[in-house]
Amino acid sequence: MKLKKLLSILLVFLLALVTGCSDSSSDSTVKEPEKASKEKPTDLILATTTSTQDSGLLDVLIPEFEKNNNYNVKTIAVGTGQALEMGTRGEADVLLVHAPAAEEELVKSGDAINRQKVMYNDFIVVGPAEDPAEIKGLSVPEALAKITESKASFVSRGDDSGTHKKELELWKKSSLDPKSLGDAYIESGQGMGATLKIASEKKGYTLTDRATYLAQKKNMPDTEILVEGDESLLNIYHVMQVNDGKHEKVNADGAKAFVEFMIAGETKNIIKEFGMDEYGEALFFLFE
Amino acid sequence: MELLLEGLKKAIEMILSGNREIIEITLLTLRVSITAVLISTLIGIPAGMFLGLARFPGRKFIHAVVNIGMGLPPVVAGLWITLFLWRSGPLGDLAWLYTPTAIIMAQILVSLPIVTALTSTAFQQINPKLILQVKALGATKLQLYWILMKEVKLAILAAIIAGFGRVIAEVGAAMMVGGNISGETRILTTSIVMEVSKGNFDVALALSFILMTLAFIITFTLTYLQQRKRSQ
Repeated sequence: MKLKKLLSILLVFLLALVTGCSDSSSDSTVKEPEKASKEKPTDLILATTTSTQDSGLLDVLIPEFEKNNNYNVKTIAVGTGQALEMGTRGEADVLLVHAPAAEEELVKSGDAINRQKVMYNDFIVVGPAEDPAEIKGLSVPEALAKITESKASFVSRGDDSGTHKKELELWKKSSLDPKSLGDAYIESGQGMGATLKIASEKKGYTLTDRATYLAQKKNMPDTEILVEGDESLLNIYHVMQVNDGKHEKVNADGAKAFVEFMIAGETKNIIKEFGMDEYGEALFFLFE
Repeated sequence: MELLLEGLKKAIEMILSGNREIIEITLLTLRVSITAVLISTLIGIPAGMFLGLARFPGRKFIHAVVNIGMGLPPVVAGLWITLFLWRSGPLGDLAWLYTPTAIIMAQILVSLPIVTALTSTAFQQINPKLILQVKALGATKLQLYWILMKEVKLAILAAIIAGFGRVIAEVGAAMMVGGNISGETRILTTSIVMEVSKGNFDVALALSFILMTLAFIITFTLTYLQQRKRSQ
């Protein structure tokens, strides 16, 4: 008899689960016609870099955009390299990225249009507080030279992201080859958060954007900002539409609305204020 | 150690306070995993039964393919599904990429071979004399299948448990095809990855406790059922 009881309990459990599942799906079908009467929001795919998501900026901006525009933004936070690739394939509608040189190529090839400057923050070189290579306060080329000389560890994103592209550019400008570091040059192949963590565990140096560093600081008490303020360390974000003339499935209206939203005055105020509450300093700055 | 306790505390806090986002993420995780396992079971058991009982040319080859499928890395499944669902891909017009449906597809792809292969193995182990005997007693084909199915029910449940384990733990493919979109495709595993990259280890730990509790409750229920049947 026990078995029967157990089976019936299980049956109820299963039914509840299945109806639970179908409930949620029927929910959406019920909701959809409702929304349709108020024009169902169309999907808008935003390909962006992890730094805008991990800093929390998008959590503030996207709801604001959706409130006033009838679009459902699907934020895909990947490295800038992948975001740009999604643009060239027409898999995204709008891009928010930070690799100016690579972006210009996209505009030149006709894959992206309406490219607008949005904001900037800066890259910084962080490393262990004891600073074995003694780079604190130096300029970027001097600091990189010291790191190479002392064979200190340097952790690179190695993932074709905006930060990675910037890092390679800095090595090149300083006429140095990071490969000369040998095993001390570590390619993490991961996002900024994970890379910072690796650098802190291995007592290595790394290039990071300030926003991600500030967000992670609480987990890495022994890591400090060592090089900052250099003009070459500017980190500029652009927003751009994927060209619907070249990729027919692109949501052009939504992309245009998003670009306009990103450069609107009210949005600028949000960006300017962002981070003040939590970190006591702004994470992103505007061009004025 | 301190972090662990903090995470546990945070998990209880988040559940008790009825944090809407957490509840949504948890429900979506359940919906996606259970749908995927149900579909895998519905296809995998008949397929495994056929593969285990039928004799046809090329059977060994299909067995090998299914066995390889058991070890299919989820990231590979994710990549293939992404390529198929891309706007420029063959199924692009469906606009399924970055929806829960895409995650379910990826999870079926990794759990179906497990359910099929384990079921097929179970049927292969049935003594052929039993089949002969049941046939001799005048059972119809359907009756025969039903009897054989009852014979291997323990193994079938084990197959479902294994498939579920694979699905609920899946993160790489879900990230790739789902995109971890807040309120739409964010499930427990992908939000854990995101919280870690944000540096919120306490939240990540809290989510991990919720995930483990879910996995434990469901696996325990299935195991209990399996073992009770046995003692009867």
